[in-house]
Amino acid sequence: MDTARLLPLVVAVPLFGAAVLVACGRRLPRIASDVLGTAFAAATAALTLVLLAGTGGSAAGPGRRGPVEWVGGWRPVDGKGVGIVLVGDPLGVGLAALVSLLVVAVLVYSWRYFAEPPRRHAGSFPALILLFQAGMSGFALTGDLFDAFVFFELMGVVAYALTGFRVEEPKPLQGALAFGVVNSLGGYSTLLGITLLYARTGELGFAPIGRSLDTRAPDALVLAAFVLVTTGLLVKAAAVPFHFWLPDAHAVAPTPVCMLLSGVMVELGVYGVARVHRTVFSGPGGIAQPAFSHALLVIGTGTALLGAVMCWQQRHLKRLLAFSTVAHTGLFLVGVAVLSPEGVSGTALYVLGHAGVKAALFACTGILLDRYSSVDEYELFGRARELPLAGAVFAVGGLALCGLPPFGTGLGKAVAEEAAGHTAGWLPALFVLVSAVTGGAVLRAALRVFAGAGRRPRNGPQSGPETTGEEEPETRGRLGRVPVTMLGVSVALLAAALAVGLAPAVAAGAGRAGALFADGTGYRGAVLDGRAAAAPSFTAPHWSAAGVLLGLLSTALAVALAQVAVRRGPAAGGAAAVLAPLRRLQSGHIGDYVAWTVAGTALLAALALPGIR
Amino acid sequence: MTVLPYPVAGWIFLIGVYGLVTSRNLIHAVGCLAVTQSSTYVLLLAVGYRRHATAPVYADAPTGSRVVDPVVQALALTDIVVGATVTALLLALVVQLRKRHGTVDPDALSELKG
Repeated sequence: MDTARLLPLVVAVPLFGAAVLVACGRRLPRIASDVLGTAFAAATAALTLVLLAGTGGSAAGPGRRGPVEWVGGWRPVDGKGVGIVLVGDPLGVGLAALVSLLVVAVLVYSWRYFAEPPRRHAGSFPALILLFQAGMSGFALTGDLFDAFVFFELMGVVAYALTGFRVEEPKPLQGALAFGVVNSLGGYSTLLGITLLYARTGELGFAPIGRSLDTRAPDALVLAAFVLVTTGLLVKAAAVPFHFWLPDAHAVAPTPVCMLLSGVMVELGVYGVARVHRTVFSGPGGIAQPAFSHALLVIGTGTALLGAVMCWQQRHLKRLLAFSTVAHTGLFLVGVAVLSPEGVSGTALYVLGHAGVKAALFACTGILLDRYSSVDEYELFGRARELPLAGAVFAVGGLALCGLPPFGTGLGKAVAEEAAGHTAGWLPALFVLVSAVTGGAVLRAALRVFAGAGRRPRNGPQSGPETTGEEEPETRGRLGRVPVTMLGVSVALLAAALAVGLAPAVAAGAGRAGALFADGTGYRGAVLDGRAAAAPSFTAPHWSAAGVLLGLLSTALAVALAQVAVRRGPAAGGAAAVLAPLRRLQSGHIGDYVAWTVAGTALLAALALPGIR
Repeated sequence: MTVLPYPVAGWIFLIGVYGLVTSRNLIHAVGCLAVTQSSTYVLLLAVGYRRHATAPVYADAPTGSRVVDPVVQALALTDIVVGATVTALLLALVVQLRKRHGTVDPDALSELKG
């Protein structure tokens, strides 16, 4: 069977499902539209898994590049083309599979989650989720820069709508608006960059643009195009200083939506940056490798540190998890910045594990929100003792977030860390520190909320702005007991994160995907000339003694941090006052966020400038 | 073809961003975002423009006639559709925000801090 023919279906099936749900949703009973939505999502997931198996080859053998499909048969002639291409590169297909599996989990989770949908709008939630799936899968699979922009905007628009899904409340509207304005601005900046590239090369595909750029030396136009395109993708990736929208959006979006936003959408921004660089700007006509690597390292390190510091400061559990996502995105950017196949494979594993763990943590937070109408760490102190299973998932999720072996996060962190260590000796310390602080914050919350450990925190004198977590419940009344679907999904997600670290096939797949991804020339050959380039050799990521030790070290650090925090009670005075200016930046004001975005673009330009000399 | 459209596109983008940063009204802010987007139309059309060329429709023109770049026109159309969607959705959010909060002043929205 020609698997290339399946590629467009990965985008088309969820789109069709969304259309069906919009057309018939209001006539169907709730359960039928939920089952229908889940069935379409599961069918897409099956398609991506078939594709993934097709790109496999034997576990240790040479990697095969995935299928390439020119939609409608518009193939390029002599390297020039007007057609639209979908590329089933292993990393892209893997991300599409991750998207689809997470969407299935989210749809099952939300079966019992929402109150009755508004009258005449039944089926709108699964329909929107399916559209979101189509946008994200399309973004992961496309081989065309303009299509990437369209899918970028599709997932953006659906995400704004989903963030503001509870339109009866004021806070989600604020979060969705900030999210929408900042991300759209990023999208338009990307489009300006794409237009500049089209003006120079007359092409829109990744591969043809890259080839065409390499025929002459880079100049200011290439730099401008790189900065503009990357700005939009970094906004999506929530890199500092483009990250301000993320905590606001995550804090207010319905919990199942948070699982998708944090689990995979933000990571797609990182993927976009890496993909565009490897296929378009990595040649002699693009941005020189050291400058790109340096720029991304600076931004990634800043993102990781700021995310970790802010994560530790939060008492609103969803905001805490949101800032932890910012911190981990920083680590992903660092993993990509080191420009080695190992960095990419490690980051891919890290993203897989992180998606499972973070989605499981959000799922537990959703259970808390349902039972107690609050996600405030102080208010919930000790109240969730009656939910031992949810507490266990939350605590184990916190440990997994620190990179505890043998979770997928631990393996990914170990591999990315080692790859980063070859670039700069201090980078492994960054990985350990950041994962210890973010994991420690989650463990602290778990100890307080589910075990009632330590001193009861009180609302002390505040030294900075604070978002507390009193929220409207998202479920219809208080559910009699925690639905088996909600707990089941969180346990399954955590188990999946564990499997990522344990299954050698996943690690081998990530190794192959990373090696193929890093080989930009091979990608161009496969897309434009239709020939499978000699597959690069690779070593499958595996546990190393140093990686295990560093994972254990960061876990121990996190446990110690959580213990100290719980004993001493909420930080008062000194430390909080020092960090208050940092928190004040997160002002909730759209104008401030836009100003920071522009400042970030300028920073990126300054960092990438040496790349065109 | 002059180079004038290129700085004009940059200027429109920056003026839109300036409006977004200083805006005191969310309706105005969404309008500024639309202004920002207009810069992409100007840039796209400038890139595809050819002197003395006609629209890329061969129905009533000889097939050898000079036309502007049809790819760019397709991109601009897609861009317009995307922009209309985003603007409509954001305006709907602002309308709903006015109903729930009673204000469209971004300075008055302060529930999400720190």
